[in-house]
Amino acid sequence: MRAVVVQFPGSNADFDAFHALQHVVGVPTDVVFHKSTALPEGARLVVLPGGFSYGDYLRAGAIARFAPVMAAVREFIDRGGFVLGICNGFQILTEAGLLPGALTRNAHLRFECRDVTVRVDAEGPFTQGLRGRVLRLPVAHAEGRYQADEATLAALESESRVAFRYVPEAGRVTRLPANPNGSLHDIAGIYGGPRRNVLGLMPHPERMAEALLGGDDGRLLFDAVVRAALAR
Amino acid sequence: MTDPEVTLEQALSHGLTEDEYRRATDALGRAPTWPELGVISVMWSEHCSYKSSRPHLRRLITKGPRVIQGPGENAGVVDIGDGWAAVFKMESHNHPSFIEPYQGAATGVGGILRDVFTMGARPVALMDSLRFGAPSHPRTPTLMRGVVAGIAGYGNAIGVPTVAGEVQFDPAYDGNILVNAFALGVCRADAIFYGRAAGLGNPILYVGAKTGRDGIHGATMASAEFEEGEDARRPTVQVGDPFMEKLLLEACLEVFDARVLEGVQDMGAAGLTSSTVEMAARAGNGVELWLDRVPRRAKGLSAYEILLSESQERMIMVARAGMEQRVIDICAKWDLDAVVIGRVTDTQRFVVRATAGYDPLDGGPCPDESPVVVDLPVALLTDDAPVYERPCVDDPRPRDRWEVDVASLPFDPQADLVELLSSPNVGSRGWVWRQYDHIVRDGTAVRPGAADAAVVRVICEDGHARREKLLALSTDCNGRFCELDPRAGAAMAVAEACRNLACVGAEPIGLTDCLNFGNPQRPEVMAQFRDAIDGIADACRVLGVPVVSGNVSLYNETVDGGVPRAVLPTPTIGAVGQVRQASDVVTAGFRTPGDHVYLLGHAGETALGGSEWLTLRAGRVCGTPPSIDLPFEGRLQRFLVEAARNGWIASAHDCSEGGLMVALAECCALGGVGATVRLPDGAAVTPALLFGEGPSRVVVSVTPWVRGLFEQRVADARLPCARLGAVGGATLDVQGVLALGLTEIVDARESALERVVGAD
Repeated sequence: MRAVVVQFPGSNADFDAFHALQHVVGVPTDVVFHKSTALPEGARLVVLPGGFSYGDYLRAGAIARFAPVMAAVREFIDRGGFVLGICNGFQILTEAGLLPGALTRNAHLRFECRDVTVRVDAEGPFTQGLRGRVLRLPVAHAEGRYQADEATLAALESESRVAFRYVPEAGRVTRLPANPNGSLHDIAGIYGGPRRNVLGLMPHPERMAEALLGGDDGRLLFDAVVRAALAR
Repeated sequence: MTDPEVTLEQALSHGLTEDEYRRATDALGRAPTWPELGVISVMWSEHCSYKSSRPHLRRLITKGPRVIQGPGENAGVVDIGDGWAAVFKMESHNHPSFIEPYQGAATGVGGILRDVFTMGARPVALMDSLRFGAPSHPRTPTLMRGVVAGIAGYGNAIGVPTVAGEVQFDPAYDGNILVNAFALGVCRADAIFYGRAAGLGNPILYVGAKTGRDGIHGATMASAEFEEGEDARRPTVQVGDPFMEKLLLEACLEVFDARVLEGVQDMGAAGLTSSTVEMAARAGNGVELWLDRVPRRAKGLSAYEILLSESQERMIMVARAGMEQRVIDICAKWDLDAVVIGRVTDTQRFVVRATAGYDPLDGGPCPDESPVVVDLPVALLTDDAPVYERPCVDDPRPRDRWEVDVASLPFDPQADLVELLSSPNVGSRGWVWRQYDHIVRDGTAVRPGAADAAVVRVICEDGHARREKLLALSTDCNGRFCELDPRAGAAMAVAEACRNLACVGAEPIGLTDCLNFGNPQRPEVMAQFRDAIDGIADACRVLGVPVVSGNVSLYNETVDGGVPRAVLPTPTIGAVGQVRQASDVVTAGFRTPGDHVYLLGHAGETALGGSEWLTLRAGRVCGTPPSIDLPFEGRLQRFLVEAARNGWIASAHDCSEGGLMVALAECCALGGVGATVRLPDGAAVTPALLFGEGPSRVVVSVTPWVRGLFEQRVADARLPCARLGAVGGATLDVQGVLALGLTEIVDARESALERVVGAD
């Protein structure tokens, strides 16, 4: 089992994803530059990391979808490979048409960085056995408001592809809303791809994968996908 | 377009005095050329020359066993063990942020990051110390939104977490806000890069963004000779591009790894001029620059403009001869310009060549030879620049404002606590730090707001080993104390910044300072500056922590109806500490019902002068300010670190703005749990007891089974310590005085900044 973290110019959570995979979960991980046209042999998981690819100029993720490496990612998805788009990675996947919908400016128009609680609402390779669990994960984005037309939302719901939904945290005194960005249907992450092998989410599981950083709920996603990869 | 003739009037409009202009012409034996006048005026400006502050800065404590590099380089460097070093500095971007808050603050962050990665360090954390005018001032909301968004826009994009900081409001900043940005990086202690133009004949490379007209001094733009060219009047605020800086950062770190450089420096204030002159001065060499080769994005740039442009995201590198292509190749990987624009000479002169009328954007071939337009001794611009011993008043303390009849002011413990908790100066800063990505790079172990200092885990990895270091960061300054007593106020700023570190279990290892004052030509202001330096030095000496880098920002004042109004003297302190291991880390919130609550330090009344309570009640900064017993402070801080390391305390939070009651309420809010406490027996319930902001006091909680050991250790350390009560319930119950529910506390704190920037 090997993992890949794609590095676009302007990626900045490539380090975070690499650290979580290589040093916390223990998966040998390669960093692949955006100018590459192929993924390393034996890669089972590709992470499109957070950050501001190409400065997020034009629109978040809009330029990254043209990067040379994206053709290889598309082919990898078609073959059923596991792809995880975190934050800017999720934005890139929607811009590339690899996941439906769009991520627009947060409703309050500010960047928002804080912990949120999300409920796992769908089974899949990253959430096997976790359905119904409430996880504490951090968000850090300015464009995370998930939007899609009614038909797309209905399809996501009926096909059970809403992987994560923002939910209030039980027992905490706060004035902050559970949904940090105004996403429709409180959507925090969705599944896609031919075999539900693509997950895009705005929260950062790689930044909450060890107790030192305030919790390790994020690790559950990586452990699940490693199990799924080994089971194949 | 030909250069204007240089006259005394031109020199005066460049901000030089008549004496300074004469000093320049005497040294040269002739009048300077137009570009030379620009160069001299920026190099002799207060900002570059430190001509008013230099004589005083010498009194700072800058040496210590861990210090690898003190002030004078791009940033200070401190040993953090195992062959690794912490690199840090703080710098002001006050004036640009007041004119254009978003870009001013953004480029402040960009500039301080370059100062740190120029030294070879990977930036790992940012902090910001901000001062705005009165919350009710009409410009305050716009300025605050813009500054915070600008810091976020730059720091978030480049991917360096903003983990700590402070925000204060006072009418003294109505016309002159403060934006002080701090950056911390780490590097191998044997791979530090310096801003030195070393090695005769070595090539000088220009790397990064292209040069435009942004940032050329507004004062010089006002000269009549520029009127004909409209472009030349473009506004002078720099514009930041964090994406470009991210590429520059990665390219620079790769170039450093290749070991092909002799020196490197970022182009900050005064751009190409200041960077190359300083590099030449540090190496005792000269430089020759060929401006025809400088990459540019504006047409028709003159030599004067290229030399003074403050376009962002640009670096100067001095490569080893023959290695320039390696630099160019690495930069090409990151799609960056890298061009040889000069060479190191042994003339000890700053020589600039440029062809009048030549513009590479016109497409013609670059001339092989071009005429000399600047030829100045490097020393004239650096060591021999003017230095002033400015006159000072004897005592700048406003003693008439120390006398206040506190007994006549209304006082209601419960209502006053709610008012303080919801004051913009005291309440939650969440609205600010939620806009900063404070967790990127997977290292933030203690986040903003959770404790008195942030803690960042830094992974130090080279070919041989991988180690984790824990660094703590805090920034502090109470300008009101500094106004009432500059020396004690500055000492208390150092003490509190270091106390904040001690409260998370970190030992302070070094400081940086950002000294924001008014017009140094006014003897009252200069005396404030002089005394603040002495206060910082007092505290550094006793607490055993050196100042390794810093910045001076003077002329922070506005003229209001003919009366000069300076900002509160604000010597901001950025402190860096080291935590031995993760299990040592202590945070501020109460943790477990049943834990005992203690106040370490003096438990009685403290002076109310400069406190938030008195300022709210009296409507101005007044009263007798607190003083500090520095040796006592040192003992307290050493005890806190010891207590954290040995597990004697479950939480620690110092009493600062709002005093003891606010500290207790914050411990409850952060822990999500109440507490029942009793004030010391026989103490009269007064504002000074509840809300006095005297230093050297820390609220700690202690697990019941450690209680005996804790009390013994406190006694051994000869520290006063009062048991106040216990953690538990959902109310802060100060028996017989006030009782406030958790929800009320959280509501008050979280609504504090809504008064300034509005609710969503």
